[in-house]
Amino acid sequence: MAKTNNRRVTTPAENNGKQTFTISAFSENHIGLLNRITIIFTRRHVNIESLTVSGSAIPGIHKFTIVVNETLEKVEKVVSQIDKLVEVLKAFYHTEEEIIHQEIALYKVPTAALISSNSIEETVRKHNARIMEVTSEYTVIEKTGHKEETQNLFDELYRYGLLQFTRSGRIAITKSSTEAFAEYLKEIESNIND
Amino acid sequence: MKEQTSTVDVPKKIRTTGANAVMLSLINEGVDTIFGYPGGAIMPIYDALMDHPEKLRHILTRHEQGAVHAAQGYARVTGKTGVCFATSGPGATNLVTGITDAIMDSTPLVCITGQVGASLLGTDAFQETDVIGITMPITKWNYLITRAEEIPEILAQAFYIAKSGRPGPVVIDIAKNAQFAEFDFQYKKCRHIRSYIPRPNVNMDDVKAAANLINKAKKPYIMAGQGIILGNAEKEFKHFVEKTGIPFAWTILGAAAMPKDHPLNVGMLGMHGNYSANIKANECDLLIGIGMRFDDRVTGDVSRFAKQAKIIHMEIDKAEINKVVKVDIPIHGNVKETLPLLSALVETSDHNEWLAEFKEADKLEYEKVIKHDLNPVKPGMTMGEVINLINNKVKGNAIFVTDVGQHQMFASRYCYTKHTRSFVTSGGLGTMGFGLPAAHGAKIGAPDTEVILFVGDGGLQMTIQEFGAINQSQAAVKIVLLNNKYLGMVRQWQQLFFDRRYSETYLLNPDFIKVAEGFGIKGKKVIERPQLDAAIKEMLDYKGPYLLEVSIEKEDNVFPMVPTGASVSEVILEPAKK
Repeated sequence: MAKTNNRRVTTPAENNGKQTFTISAFSENHIGLLNRITIIFTRRHVNIESLTVSGSAIPGIHKFTIVVNETLEKVEKVVSQIDKLVEVLKAFYHTEEEIIHQEIALYKVPTAALISSNSIEETVRKHNARIMEVTSEYTVIEKTGHKEETQNLFDELYRYGLLQFTRSGRIAITKSSTEAFAEYLKEIESNIND
Repeated sequence: MKEQTSTVDVPKKIRTTGANAVMLSLINEGVDTIFGYPGGAIMPIYDALMDHPEKLRHILTRHEQGAVHAAQGYARVTGKTGVCFATSGPGATNLVTGITDAIMDSTPLVCITGQVGASLLGTDAFQETDVIGITMPITKWNYLITRAEEIPEILAQAFYIAKSGRPGPVVIDIAKNAQFAEFDFQYKKCRHIRSYIPRPNVNMDDVKAAANLINKAKKPYIMAGQGIILGNAEKEFKHFVEKTGIPFAWTILGAAAMPKDHPLNVGMLGMHGNYSANIKANECDLLIGIGMRFDDRVTGDVSRFAKQAKIIHMEIDKAEINKVVKVDIPIHGNVKETLPLLSALVETSDHNEWLAEFKEADKLEYEKVIKHDLNPVKPGMTMGEVINLINNKVKGNAIFVTDVGQHQMFASRYCYTKHTRSFVTSGGLGTMGFGLPAAHGAKIGAPDTEVILFVGDGGLQMTIQEFGAINQSQAAVKIVLLNNKYLGMVRQWQQLFFDRRYSETYLLNPDFIKVAEGFGIKGKKVIERPQLDAAIKEMLDYKGPYLLEVSIEKEDNVFPMVPTGASVSEVILEPAKK
């Protein structure tokens, strides 16, 4: 699997102080919490680039992974307001360098285009993608990777007449060896403050 | 997650309806007063209410906004959590302004709204609205109850969340089917929610570092806010300032934390605060913010605020630290806990020369502003002089409530308060119409204390229907209407910044005395200075609610003023000469 992408990442200085941050929030699994969290972004007029919500490793605890392109200052304030919410256990933010992340994309191309030349097959192999399903009319290709990588494959497949495309939000884990959140949970459960 | 049971809780199990469970839960939480207005979706709850007349007193308001503001006034003066009821749909949406006001000013409230039956949710049923969605940004927490079984636990959490940490409003929406259903009710108070830590662990390194800075400071300055009152830390604060001899100024919501005549009290902060209190922010070498949030009214232009000083911020809400100003030493915790820890480490000291600088600057403000406000020579009466006369009569033994506008600024500057929780005003949201219902709630909460409301002709008309509620409860609120026939504060801005173009600020007012009397409330109008003193005495002596209307000079302006975008050093003491 390709470890790095070849596109140059713009530095914050070039992007008026903004860079990509991945915000993770761990919460109780309650109705309406997604809304409460996203309101914090709306209020400050911050665009959410991608958002993934699903169960975390710990039963009953949900994880939100939100990607934004913003200044450090704003992200710090947003994260402390997320952290403040009654049903949020903890919220963190990470720069690109601090995490390992992936997203998944699905591409639907006409099977006819696949048969008529070798190009699609070569493209799929070159991008380390895989063919998920083949019918007489269409073929579905799947790729996991970074956004730039799935985008590159998109650009190439587009030329063959892409029928449908979808990409997921980002999921990420930190590069540190201990899980900060698990430590935090242990700490608060042994430390009941009234 | 561990739960601790209190020996006070009586875990009796009874079979009852959801609606009655609401009553029992409120009683268990120590609630004795509810402000509200009934309607279809909350009828079962109102029916259950009739079975508890000895334990629960309900005050019927005339608009749900009146109910929520009354609950706020009640909470502010008692320190208890205010409770209000409203029905679904328009009843709930009418609460929105008050809930927003409560979250801006950190007032503990539990608002219970009726909701259509759970099977009708999302179908645009009669009087159905997404109350949870609407109140999400303006509540500390909210929850929709769809089954009766949820009621005890959710209400327990609601009260725990509303009152603890940084207080705030909570909305509990109860679907009608849950109100009707029967279940086995057992109450247990909430003592812990694992995702919510209202009481932070104090970092002693921060406290030590702060004490060190304080001991070394030559020109330390304290900005004191409502956090001191919310934390019941008035004594701890008094001990701290008297030990260190540091001059303190207060935010509008922190006004009554200390008696106004304390020697170290250097005045009010903010856009219309005292002159020396504002300018010294840019001259101190150490700024200590205690239970305040560096609101933009207090800081003026942040890029030119206290840049020369080190900043210590004593605050319970972590998200407030470093939100507006860069803090050198945060002390994250409840000031009730952190102030004594800090007091123990600071040296006994005084800063008499520095304090004298404040008093010297005060002289300028007295000459240019205060003298004219309190002892005017022109025939037109000023708001300041009315307030002054009232001060002379009550001598600090009253609760003052205000609405919003010029009169609010005059009242916060000039009302003499001696006791804590004796100044109730809408700070962060600045809601016109707050005054009358809040004064009503305050009087219900403090029936043995004189409650005096200052309100303008604009603000009074926004919630004037609450006269009806006051007449029904006979709460003896003394209402001082400072009538200048204009939307005063806006008119002042139009005069100073928009070339006297008075766009839509002239109010063609009703005969307020007739209106009050129509509602059954005694009233009197004063149009000349010689009538004032006797009229005030009559108002205070009268046993019951009373409206005293005073005709105020039209172009009575509030000074000093820090215009928007200006630095606190750029305080204006009088209008620019043309």
